[in-house]
Amino acid sequence: MNKEKKIRVLVAKPGLDGHERGARVIAYGLRDLGFEVIYTGLRQTPEEIVHAAVQEDVDVVGLSILSGAHLTLTRKVIEKLSEQNANNILVILGGVIPDKDIPELKKMGVSGVFTSGTFIKDVGTFIRSNLS
Amino acid sequence: MWEDWKSLIAEMRKGSVRGLARLITRVENRESGWMDAMQMIYPMTGNACVIGITGSPGAGKSTLTDRLARELFDRGFKIGIIAVDPSSPFSGGALLGDRLRMKEVSTLDDVFIRSMATHGALGGLNLSARDVVKIMDAFGKDIILIETVGVGQDEVEVVKAADMVLVVCVPGMGDGIQAIKAGIMEIADIFVVNKADQGEADQAVADISAMLELSSDETSSQIPVLKTIAATGEGVPDLVTIMLKLQKTGRIRSSWHEERIKEEILSLLEKEVAYILRSRWGQNGNLDQAVKQVTARKKDPYSIVQEMLALMQLQ
Repeated sequence: MNKEKKIRVLVAKPGLDGHERGARVIAYGLRDLGFEVIYTGLRQTPEEIVHAAVQEDVDVVGLSILSGAHLTLTRKVIEKLSEQNANNILVILGGVIPDKDIPELKKMGVSGVFTSGTFIKDVGTFIRSNLS
Repeated sequence: MWEDWKSLIAEMRKGSVRGLARLITRVENRESGWMDAMQMIYPMTGNACVIGITGSPGAGKSTLTDRLARELFDRGFKIGIIAVDPSSPFSGGALLGDRLRMKEVSTLDDVFIRSMATHGALGGLNLSARDVVKIMDAFGKDIILIETVGVGQDEVEVVKAADMVLVVCVPGMGDGIQAIKAGIMEIADIFVVNKADQGEADQAVADISAMLELSSDETSSQIPVLKTIAATGEGVPDLVTIMLKLQKTGRIRSSWHEERIKEEILSLLEKEVAYILRSRWGQNGNLDQAVKQVTARKKDPYSIVQEMLALMQLQ
């Protein structure tokens, strides 16, 4: 069929913080930009996130972290993804992320970090240009 | 290209979840060669029991599906779940949130959940849902649960894909007349009145039972009407026992089997013919020309269609 392939994005919140608003805003925003968003909600372990990402065969995993544990949690998610041979999945990150941590996150394989103030359409553009 | 498909199918057959997931994506996207791939997969299918779960939005379909899957998993079955949510008619995007409600099984290795968007398909399912059922069947799933989008009164597509259909109702959704309307109320093999802890649950059961007794089909009065509280799991073990019993007695839609195959062939053909027409007509400019002729009121859409049918020697 000639219909354009939909880009599938998993939006998940690893760890224990309960602030879901940002993740929801992103999920709705990406839907409105034509993405298929699988939303798995709060308090997911890295194992659960990767399990869902593999089953759903997503192109992108978007993590929202406001707890300060972004380095540990993101590293675990990326490790588990490569264990599953799924490191072609783009990992992006949003939330409260100090600028000083961004280089380290990029080094471990995060493609993009989007902190507060980001326009959702920029996230969409970023995903599209990084997947093609 | 074909080698890719073959190795992917082999990977899936070896039990690779990643292979299964990728195969589903490629078939869902109708990537080139998908029909050949399905031809190869078809002989590996026919073992799984397919159960459709349908009902209005907010009836608790996802939560119930989660509990059912858990109960079936505990009884030793390998489970596949297809959870369909609507695509936006405006952006084409979708927010697939069924997984969120499936906390009991979303982390189990032997339960495979796939969220799918409708992509504009009407009827409560996705165009490729039936193909995905087959892929999961070939992978070795014993029971495949299909959760439809929240439906209204006549989205009954699921009946064509499932061996058994559960219609999930909630108390307080309407009176006895609501219950005897056609459509969704006719496709149930089992009625589930969910959220049975809310008032009027018994009234809902009575309304549905009364409707079943009015039916001209005598077997209708034997259709079970069960109460559940999916949020706590109450009533789910009984429901599963009845489902498994119905499956064994083989009453379930066996007469539909040929009807279903016929319908499947026709709908596949329809989609392909429509696709070929659209793409060829769109590309060679004839469609634009036809539109111009109609706009200028030199021709009407009906004669254009008849000319086209004549060209295709279908008339």
